[in-house]
Formats: sequence, structure tokens, C-alpha cells
Amino acid sequence: MINGWNHYHTPDSVEQAVALLERYGGQARVVGGGTDLLVEIRRGLRKPIEALIDASRIAGLDQVTRDGDYIVIGCGVTHTQIIRNPDIIRCGTCLSESCGVIGGPQVRNSGTLAGNVAHALPAGDGTIGLLALGGEIEVAGPSGRRWMPMQDSFKGPGRSFIDRHREVLTRLRFKATGAGEGSAHHRVMRPQGLCLPIISMGVRLKLDDRGRVQAVRISMGPVGPVPFVAEEAMASLEGKAATEEHFKQAAEVALSSVTLRASKYRASHEYRARMVRSYLPEILARAARRAVDTRDPGP
Amino acid sequence: MSLLKLTVNSRAVEIDVPQSRYLAEVLREDLGLTGTKIGCGEAECGICTVLVDGTPVLSCVYPAFKAQGARVETIEGLSPDGELHPLQQAFLDHGAVQCGICTPGLIMTSKGLIDGCRSDGKAVTADDIRVALKDSYCRCTGYQSVTRAILQASGQGSPAEFPESRSETTVIGKPVPNKQARAKVTGAARYTDDYVFPGMLVARTKRAGVPHARIRSIDVGAARDLPGVHAVLTHAEIPGRNLHGLVVADWPVLCADKVRYCGDAVAIVAADSEEIAARALDLIQVDYEELPVVSDAIKASRPDSPRVHEGHGDGNLLKHIRVDKGDIEAGFAQAHVVVDQTYRTPATEHLFLEPECSIGVPAGYSPDQFGGALDPDAVRGETARHDKTTIYVGSQIPYQDRDQTASAMGVEPDKVRVVATLMGGGFGGKEDIMGQIHAALLAEETGRPVKMRYSRRESLLVHPKRHATVIRIRSGADREGRLTAVQATLYGDAGAYASLSEKVLTRATTHAAGPYAVPNVKVDCFAMYTNNAPSGAFRGFGVTQSCFAVESNMDMLAEQLDMDPVEFRRRNALEVGSVTSTGQVMRESVGLKECIDKVNGDIREGEFRWSWQEGSRRFAWGLGLAYKNTGLGGGAPDRASAVVELKLGAGENSVAEVRTSSAEMGQGLPAVLAACAAEELGLPYESVMVLLGDTDYCPDGGPTTASRQTFVSGNAARLAARELAGQLKDKAAQELDCSADGIVLVGGQAQAGNKSGDKAVSLAKLIQDYGQSAFQVRHDYHAPETRPLGSGGDMHFAFGFCAQAALCEVNMDSGEVKVHKVVAAHDVGRAINPLTLAGQIEGGIVMCLGYALTEHYIQEQGRPWTSVMARYKMPSITHAPAITSHIVEHPASTGPYGAKGVGELSSIPTAAAITNAIYRATGVRVRSLPVDQDQLLQAMHDGASEVELAWGDLDPIPKVNMGAVKLGEMT
Repeated sequence: MINGWNHYHTPDSVEQAVALLERYGGQARVVGGGTDLLVEIRRGLRKPIEALIDASRIAGLDQVTRDGDYIVIGCGVTHTQIIRNPDIIRCGTCLSESCGVIGGPQVRNSGTLAGNVAHALPAGDGTIGLLALGGEIEVAGPSGRRWMPMQDSFKGPGRSFIDRHREVLTRLRFKATGAGEGSAHHRVMRPQGLCLPIISMGVRLKLDDRGRVQAVRISMGPVGPVPFVAEEAMASLEGKAATEEHFKQAAEVALSSVTLRASKYRASHEYRARMVRSYLPEILARAARRAVDTRDPGP
Repeated sequence: MSLLKLTVNSRAVEIDVPQSRYLAEVLREDLGLTGTKIGCGEAECGICTVLVDGTPVLSCVYPAFKAQGARVETIEGLSPDGELHPLQQAFLDHGAVQCGICTPGLIMTSKGLIDGCRSDGKAVTADDIRVALKDSYCRCTGYQSVTRAILQASGQGSPAEFPESRSETTVIGKPVPNKQARAKVTGAARYTDDYVFPGMLVARTKRAGVPHARIRSIDVGAARDLPGVHAVLTHAEIPGRNLHGLVVADWPVLCADKVRYCGDAVAIVAADSEEIAARALDLIQVDYEELPVVSDAIKASRPDSPRVHEGHGDGNLLKHIRVDKGDIEAGFAQAHVVVDQTYRTPATEHLFLEPECSIGVPAGYSPDQFGGALDPDAVRGETARHDKTTIYVGSQIPYQDRDQTASAMGVEPDKVRVVATLMGGGFGGKEDIMGQIHAALLAEETGRPVKMRYSRRESLLVHPKRHATVIRIRSGADREGRLTAVQATLYGDAGAYASLSEKVLTRATTHAAGPYAVPNVKVDCFAMYTNNAPSGAFRGFGVTQSCFAVESNMDMLAEQLDMDPVEFRRRNALEVGSVTSTGQVMRESVGLKECIDKVNGDIREGEFRWSWQEGSRRFAWGLGLAYKNTGLGGGAPDRASAVVELKLGAGENSVAEVRTSSAEMGQGLPAVLAACAAEELGLPYESVMVLLGDTDYCPDGGPTTASRQTFVSGNAARLAARELAGQLKDKAAQELDCSADGIVLVGGQAQAGNKSGDKAVSLAKLIQDYGQSAFQVRHDYHAPETRPLGSGGDMHFAFGFCAQAALCEVNMDSGEVKVHKVVAAHDVGRAINPLTLAGQIEGGIVMCLGYALTEHYIQEQGRPWTSVMARYKMPSITHAPAITSHIVEHPASTGPYGAKGVGELSSIPTAAAITNAIYRATGVRVRSLPVDQDQLLQAMHDGASEVELAWGDLDPIPKVNMGAVKLGEMT
């Protein structure tokens, strides 16, 4: 086998990881599970690299924790950990759903959400799920650590503003959904060809006590070079009653605000549009049902 | 190098290895735990799954040092004391083991699931299994047996029950696990890549990378100079004939003046390591003058098309095949309704989960030269010598491998020995020469063993595919619903080399009227050379393609006649006395109507509806029928030889061994051969061993193709054993002083009569009295003679028949198609082993489901888009339907105990059953495979009645002019 790296490091602190990056001067890459990067090297899509820095064993960053309203996910947390975490299932449902459809279970057992976000694909399912929740990421580098909205990290397809030669994505967080809030995710696939979504969409929605949309976030991909937040559709829904009709209108607004691509052997432009029309209202409705459930906890 | 500490199967391990190693490499190469297999190297197939700290991971993309300090469990750890783990036992009981290459991965993934559920205090459900095994592929089983096995092992469900065939015998008809199944569930089973010989080098092949080009020059100087490179060979160094081919020798061993597809071999390298071999390939300079590309069969037929083989007489026409029966014009004149449609089927990939691997060992090789000893498990003790060039390979035709290698080496065939190793799936894709000749040439050149292992990428690029076809078919029926005429024209993409195209497309042609009695038939088929990957054998052998067209037309005719599609088919189905399209009178063993009735009765039990709607989902049933010849047919001599020997086994018991060079690729041949010998010799099944495919120790069983092995090799084993039984009875009669006629062989004894008190002598004693090698019989079996196409008479000596109904769901919002259930009935003549038979049927159905819904090997102007496994999806457990399988037994008088072939039959009509169901659900006729949900949804949206673009198609189906035309007049 042709492998593609010479040194494998498993730092146990963020500082060590950053120092290793600096030591290799651009010749090292941070990996979580490595399930994307290593396969790409294998396929010859990426050049071999001198060193891999495995960020999955940094002390304290291999778990999901609570910090006040925030649910915080360390960079070593795998998709499997996320989909089994009761707090995320309840208060970040769309992230749990979106991580549940990534790859197969073996990949989910070693692949991490941090890796998914840092990879910056336009429709990484975990990314779409977290984006709907209003996710933020913490980046550590030589000059310290900073939090930023995750959508600010996307530069282009597979390209992130995180400086991969100097920085490590250390943690991700989002505000847990509370009373009157719900979220949902759906993606459409085809059974042939590459395992890439035709469309992946996430929704976070808050209802007021009269059943009107108080706040909503909609994420979508692939509808452009980077994961997309459907601001216009979100604005169109705010203050409206959570009805099927309004959800359908929101899907139309979402469609009018993006340029859907046709991609060979994946989907036509028309098909993608149909999927937005069919499933965006469906997940809005699902999120709304969940919002009702959290607002009116059953007897 | 760094110290890696692991606990592997409860044993602490510390080894010094490079930090660049993957876990699979450490397990297989450094620790010798070859039970963990590698299928793709790209995190797609799942067969390399092991548990790290109890969690299933893909060891082939898992850095070994990521597991530093962890607990690793592999298949070898499951039965430390030799007692099988419940999962291993359950996989045996349910026949969830076929070729076995994916078995370790499936079992380890399942163990992770069961252990996880147990610690959560939950019961494992079928849904849990579908989730856990989503990316754990199996190409053989169809997953139903796997699911049942896991449920059993988790403490639910019970051991499998299979209906025994109508049987008054002792062994035939009993469901027993295949011979190597136990070794496959423990990880002990060795496939070619699991063998290591001291001093072994790594070989690689320089591929053309361009679909059509003249070679101006090849420069291997720099590669030869690279340290660590032991040999670089080109066409100039081929000692013998630089061509191979199973029917026509047109395929260069190493290309000299021209390359005709991207996978063509130009040079081969043997080196100390994979890395060095890869660098050497990069250093080989080939200067090409690129030529225009012939990209499909219809374009190839145009008079102005570039020529793929300049020396070939008929342009790009490899073969024009015809069937002519009755008066086609008169037939259509009698028709009340006529359906005339054109269909397209895709090239598809076998995707056996074991990529090709050959090991060449030079004549005179001794492991001592390299300071090593021969791996005791590598070859059987008495055959562990290398006095001639030896090739270890899992291949479907060991004797032809031998002969073709000898021809390229310029030596007599007896100077080459092929030792068949276990095969991780074949399905027709391991019939042609791949690395066999190259490995042998490099072994002799370097004087060292050489392993030529293809990566998944190389496997996808190089070996022959299923023929892409365009089929125009016109079918007519009268008012009473009787077929009056079928006319068809087929274009088959043979690719760059002939391979088995002529044979495959002959089958497509002769079966192009379906399993029906049609008085007037005219079929023309054109096998065309192109610059695509060669096309060759693939389970179904051409019939899969024409069946899709035939059965689609049948449903359309039934609709136009306003007849029930079952009744319409039944009215036309072949039966005893019918005459086939080729003029063969069916004299016996035609169980088609019983198959139809079994399926029809099953689906109509209770409240039956052809179709219904639930919310935005529509459900419908669809039907497909098929028949498939057993054996080569067409006048080809069809022979198999087998030796059956009785010898003393452990504990002074008599055991028998069957030897033949037929191939086991997971279909269950050893179980059939052992059952035949056991039946005749009165031995328990467990007392019969089977040795397959060693050309120095096993006589030729012929190619393992055409669903023929149960019939021909089964007969050879049965008749050899019967003759041996006669000899034993004669000797026993002398011993017991009675007549040989009354002697009965039972339980390792020869008894004077069939009562328990009768005097008897043990077979073991006879062996002791007459000597170890006294009881050995070889039988050369000749199957009944057949006639060439066009001459009437029996083109084949037997046919299998089947009917399948598929229950499909179409999601009206997304166009997604799901197959919920398949009800099938197969006339197999006689079920010799219901357990392995069930596996053949279920696996075939799911393979054909892939043909309908998921699979397309896409080539763009001769360049494969399907370059990696990530771009080719075979059905996973999430696609697998529930399967109900009925066995119909209309015995073939010349088959062993009445059996005929089943290997291909089940994989033929499922696609048409599915598309017929889609039509009934949506009103949209699918004319091209695999079904594209995007196109289907668009058609439903537009109210269109058909879709002609499949997934992967960029252009509409070309127009096909019906009938034979001279070359040059083709359009």
C-alpha cells in the first residue's frame, strides 16, 4: 500500500498540536478520523504529507459538554458520539439527524464533526446540521484561541479560512434548543455513484405561544461554493404562522435566492429544485412539530 | 520505526513499525493475521472492519498509530479455543458464507453491534442490522441470510430451516454448509493475497491510460536503473506468443505497437516494495500517438468509424449472430397487437470483493535461498514443491490459465502449474487472463516469487465488464394472447478485445424471445469492437440484457391485450413439447409453468392488489420470467473430469477425496461434489474432502461458467464415485463371500445386505488390505452432445427456468425506488444442497436488483469515469428486499440426480420485474438501466409515458434499424 505520510502524532494538548504544526512548517495536517483526507491521498487526489497530527486524543476534547446554554463538542468527538448523545438528540436534533446519515457506521465511528466542518465541503451533512443550529467554532493558533461563527470559516469548496498550516479547529458549539424550539434535517441521495448529497437541508425554528415563527434558521447545500444559510427564506417566515402554505412559500423564496447547479451523474438543476420544494416544507413542519412538543411538554 | 503497543485478540503486542502504517497492514503483514481482508483501500466496502476498543472501524484507512494502546479484535480472536463464536456458528447455519472474503468484516461489524446492544440492554432488531451493516458489502449472499444469522447469534431467531428436496437418499437434498465455510468464518481461509513466500517481490503493471493510441516508443531504462527494481519487461521480452484470449487470441500480453483501451498493459515491473514498483512505473516513458476513439457499439458499426483492430477483416464487427425461425413477416401479419421498443442496458462491473491477485513462483524455487521456510499452510504438504513455473491464483478456468501462460512463455503446458486458491467472488469476471502471465514471466525473469495484486482501481480499469447493449425488439401477439412473432436487433459493446463476446452475445441472441414458444423469430446481433474496456462473461451471460427487453415488451403486450400479465405469460410459456427460437424441441425438465404458478399463488395469497398508493408513495408488483441454458452448448464439447479416491483418514476411518479443476468462487461447488461422492459411496458428507483446481493434481473440470459445474463436474464426481463404489463392492464381496450385487455401502461399511445385522466389512479395512492408492477412479464425463446455432436440434442439454415478482415502492416526491419484496420460483431440476442453493438464488436476485437500480460502469470516450469504488454502487443491505424463494424440481434425466444449473438463472429477470412494477406504479416505462430517479420524477411531472435516459446516460438511445444489414449500410 502507498500510504502518504511519514510521521503520526497524537498530541494531548492544543498547545502541543499548534507547536507541531509550527514545527513542520506547512508539511503537516491535522486530522480527526482522517476518513476524508487519507482516502483522498490514497486516491491520488492529494499529495502525500510529511506528518499527520491526530486531534482526536487531545485531553478534554473528545467529549460533548455543556457550558450554560451552549452544547460544546470537542474536536475529537466522532459522529457516533454525537448521534448517541442524549443532550444533542433533544436540544440539537438536526445535528444528530445529519451526523446519522454520514457514511456508514465504521466511518462515523472514527470520523469527527470537526473534521467535517474543517473540510468545508458545500454539503457536508454534519456541517449543514450544525449550520442550521447557528454553530460556532473555536480555532486555536500561535496567537491563541478565538470563537467565530462557523459560516465565516468557509472560503470555497473544500477550502476553509482556518489556516491549516498554523491552526487547529478545537471545539464547536451551538445554543441548545429550548422551550418552543425544534430542529430537523433531511437529505436526498441517489443509490448510484458518489455518496454525495443531492441536497442536504437543516432547519432550526422557534415558535411563539401563538404558533407563529419567532425565529428560524435554514441551512442548505450544495447550492453554491460554500454551505448556505437561506437568509431571505428565513426572513420571509418570521412572524408568520407555522403553516404548510407558509413553509411552501419559504421554499420558493429559498429557491429564488440561490442558483442551483446541475451536476453530472448527480442531479439536474430541476431535480434539486423539486427536492427543495418537496422537503424544505417537510423539515420546517417537522421542526415546528418538535417546537410544539418542547413548548407543551406532554402530561 | 516506532514502537506500537496494542492488545490484539487479548494478547499484548509490541512491534517496531513505521508510523506510516495502516492498521490493516500491521495486522496482515506484521502480525500475519490475514483473516482481515482488504477490498478497496478507500473506505467503501467494509470488508476490512475490525474492532478498536469494541468499535468497528475500517482498518485499511485507519492509521495503526491511531490505535496506539488500544484493544484490537479481529476475526481470529473469536474462536480462540477452536469453539465457534455464536456469530460464526450462525453464519454457517444460515449459509451466510459464500465466497467468504467479506465474512470476517461482516462478522466483526455484527459483533460490534451485538456487544453494543448488549451493553445498552437492548435487543438487536433487523433495523439495527440494516444500520450497522449499511457500508459492509457482500456481493454473494443478498444479505437475507446474513440478517437471519445475526438475529440468531444475538439470541433471537432460530437456526435456519430449509425445505429439503424430495429425497429418499442419504445426502442429496440435505442443507449442509459448504466445505470451506468453517475456515471462512474463522479467518483461517487463505486467498491469494494471504500467501507469503520467502523472497517474494511486488509486481505492478504500467497501464496505457489512453483509450486508443499508436505506441511510438517505450523507454524503460530509468525504471530498470532504479535501485530495488528487479525486472522491467515489455513486449520485446515475451518469450512466446504475445497474445491471449479465451475464444480469439487478440489480446496482447504486453502491447507492442498499439493500445486499444485505457487498461491495456504496456510494461510490468517487479520490485522490492510497492513504493519502489510505483516509482518505477512513473519512470517508464511511453510515447503515444493518440487515435480517434470508438466509444460505443453503434458508432463502431459506422463505415467511417476508426478501426480498433486494423488487421481484422470486418471493420469493427467482431461477430454477427443470427437466429431465424419460421416466417417473420407472416408472424407479424397474424398479430393483433405489436410492440416495438428500443432498450439500452449499461456496462456493469462484477465488483467481486477480492481484487485480482496472482503469485508467480519460478521453477526450482526453494524458500531456503531466501533464509525462509515454506508457510506450512501455503500449499498442501505433498504438493509443496515448485519443480515448474507455478501460479497461485483464484481464477475460474485454471487449465486455460495454464495453457495461456505456457503459450506466452513459449513452453509446453505441462511446464506450468496453476494452483487454485480460494476466490473472493468471480461472477464471470475471473475467466480472462489478468495478472497470471505477468506474474509467471516476472517470476522466471527474477528467479523469485512475485505477487501481482491489483488495487481496486486497477481491477475496475482492467477486467472485462458486462456488455452494454442497445436492443430493439418487436413482439406480436394474436387476439387470444399467443405470441406470433418476435424480431430483435442487438448491438453489443465488446470493448477492445474479443474475450467471450461471441459466446455471451450468442446467448443474448438465442434467448431474445424469452422463455416462450414463439413460432416466428428473427434476431440479429452485432458484437462490435470499441475502445472501451473489454466485455466478457458476467453472471447471466447476455441473457440478463435481452431478458430486460423481452419482459418489458411482454408487459406492454399484455396491457394492450387487456390481459393479466401472468396469464399472458403462462399462455406462451415453454413446456415439454415446445420448440425454442433455435429449433430445439423441449423433451423434459421444463418447470416454467409450475414456477409461474408458485409465484402467482404466493403473491395472490390474502388480499392481493397489483398496485396501490399510501400518501405520496405508490406500490406495485411487477413480474419477470427467465430461462438460462446449463452448459456451454452450441456444439462445443462439454467435458469435465474428476478423480474420486478413497483413503484412510484420521482415526482409521475411510474418507474420500474428490479432485477436479473446476472453480469454487463462493457458489458452493465443493458441497455439491462432496454430496455426489458421499451419496454414491455411502459415506457421511463430512467424510468427503474436495480439492479443486490444481492442474498437476486435479483433472480438468473445464471452465466454471455457463451454470455448468453442478451438471458436468457433479456428474464426473458422481460417476467416478459410482465406479469406485462398484470396485469396493467387488472387493467386499470377496471378503464377505457373497455376491457383489447385494452389497450396500453405508456409513463407511460394505454390508452384505441392507439390514443392520448383515455381515459387513469396513471400507477402511479394504484400504488396509489393498493399499492406500488402490481405490482411485477417474471419470471423464462428456455431457450430451449439442448442436451449433443455426443447425436446429439441441443447442443445449438442459435449461433452468424461473419466475420472479417484485414489490416496489416509488416515492412520488423524490422518484426514489425501493424494492420491498421479491417472490421467486426456480426450476433447478433437483436441489442438491438447499442451503447453498438458497444463497445462489438470493444473491442472484440482489445482484440483478443492482442492475436495475444502482450499477453502471460509466466510460466517457473510452475513459472510465468509474475509476474508483466510490463511484460504483452495488446493492447494500439497505437495498436488499425480503425474498421468498420456492424451489421447483423438474429433473433433467442426464443431470446428477436430476439437477441442472442455477448459478446465473436467479440474476436474470429481477430487473424487468422491477421496471414492470415501476410502470404499474407510475405509468412510466423505463427503457434504460439503471433507473434514474431524477428522470423518473421528471417524467411523472411531465406526464410522460417513458424514460430513456438511465443514470449515467448523457445521450438518448440511438435509433436502431431492424434486421440484418451489410456492414457499411449500418447507421
